[in-house]
Amino acid sequence: MTRTFRIAALAALAVASVAAAQDAPPSPEEQAVRARQSHMSLYAFNLGKLGAMAQGNVEYDGAAATTAAQNLSHMTQLDQVGYWLPGTSNAEFDDSEALPAIWENMDDFSAKHEALEQAVTNLQAGAGTDLATLQASLGEVGKACGACHQDYREADE
Amino acid sequence: MRTALASLGALALLGAGAAWWVTAPDPISAAELSGISGDATRGEILFAAAGCASCHVAPDTPAADAPVLSGGQRFVTQFGTFVAPNISPSPQGVGNWTDADLINAVMRGVSPEGQHYYPAFPWNAYNKADVQDIADLVAYLRTLPPSAAESLPHEIPFPFNIRRSVGGWKLLFEDRDFVVQGDLTPEQTRGRYLVEALGHCGECHTPRNALGGLRRASWLAGAPDPAGDGHNPNITPAGLKWTEAQIVAMLQSGFTPEFDVVGGEMAEVVANTSQLSDEDRRAMAAYLKIVTPVDSPAPKPGTGDSSAEEAG
Repeated sequence: MTRTFRIAALAALAVASVAAAQDAPPSPEEQAVRARQSHMSLYAFNLGKLGAMAQGNVEYDGAAATTAAQNLSHMTQLDQVGYWLPGTSNAEFDDSEALPAIWENMDDFSAKHEALEQAVTNLQAGAGTDLATLQASLGEVGKACGACHQDYREADE
Repeated sequence: MRTALASLGALALLGAGAAWWVTAPDPISAAELSGISGDATRGEILFAAAGCASCHVAPDTPAADAPVLSGGQRFVTQFGTFVAPNISPSPQGVGNWTDADLINAVMRGVSPEGQHYYPAFPWNAYNKADVQDIADLVAYLRTLPPSAAESLPHEIPFPFNIRRSVGGWKLLFEDRDFVVQGDLTPEQTRGRYLVEALGHCGECHTPRNALGGLRRASWLAGAPDPAGDGHNPNITPAGLKWTEAQIVAMLQSGFTPEFDVVGGEMAEVVANTSQLSDEDRRAMAAYLKIVTPVDSPAPKPGTGDSSAEEAG
């Protein structure tokens, strides 16, 4: 009896600790990584609307283009202070691609973000004008994204 | 006994002599180059297709109209650190070199003094180029701004610092034939030329053996990034599932089909491929579709080398 009880108690304990592990809130560092990745997904979602028009996969729609560009503009204005916590590079998080170089060159990293803000401001101004203006200004946004990814994101598959 | 020793010595000498002879540089002869003169206007786009500026501009140089090829970028590898030299048209660069010197540097990996260049310089891709194209590229290079910066020495430890050993490397791994063979359409042939020769895509996307030779059986099947920042993707049809139009769009804009934007060295590649004609980008895409599909070599555990990573 005692033995059965012990086993049952151990099993209960094991279940409880698994449950506890599942319920443990993610660390601030992990939350920061997830928030950054979500931010990037939202960029991609809105860039996709514009890119589909720029690449001729869907018909150009000035109003829809302006809306997507505005979304991007709002996103570049969000405060990102909580995103770039120390200890959240790809050295600490296997599924992050943020290189430690970000924290070693924070001024340059910020300058590259300012370049993105400027490119998105121009995109917002030109997205509704015509297809050619959209294509040109979206190309500049792509370059701003690429300039940062070039130095600060891990190569991946 | 004495005779035996003497013949052994003679044999060793003979062996060393043979080794010395087979590792000697093998430049393109003056006869082959006679009558060829470069066209700088034509050379501009070839210069972009060959990606020269990506490695030879000074570190952290923003993209400019006329690149200054002053060198200084450092390339960390398992063999040591290579430093890109000044190849601008100045006395410190290549201003005093003849066209033949430059063509042999690019296509044979041989310096004007007859020294081997390390294969960090992708002459093992450029050796498949047309001599006329490289002559045009050289003519364009001479129109670029000069830089007085001194080239810095490579930081390569023994035994890789013995330049003559590169002759042995060439014997083993230099290959002037295209990897993809068979009946190709004119578009696929053009794409093969741009990808295998000028674009030297295989240098980063093909895995290497322990001595740094390309494993041509796994052509373009992906490889660890030499600088240790992740993994360069498999771009054979087994790894790259994009349509030709999507490949063309990425080479033009940097946007992937998911509207991510490529980074790392690929961002510099896009700075070059965006200058090409749509026709050339379509040719590259058409070629990538006929490369033998090869599954990626398994990534090493613990390298953060996963295929399902998110940006962030």
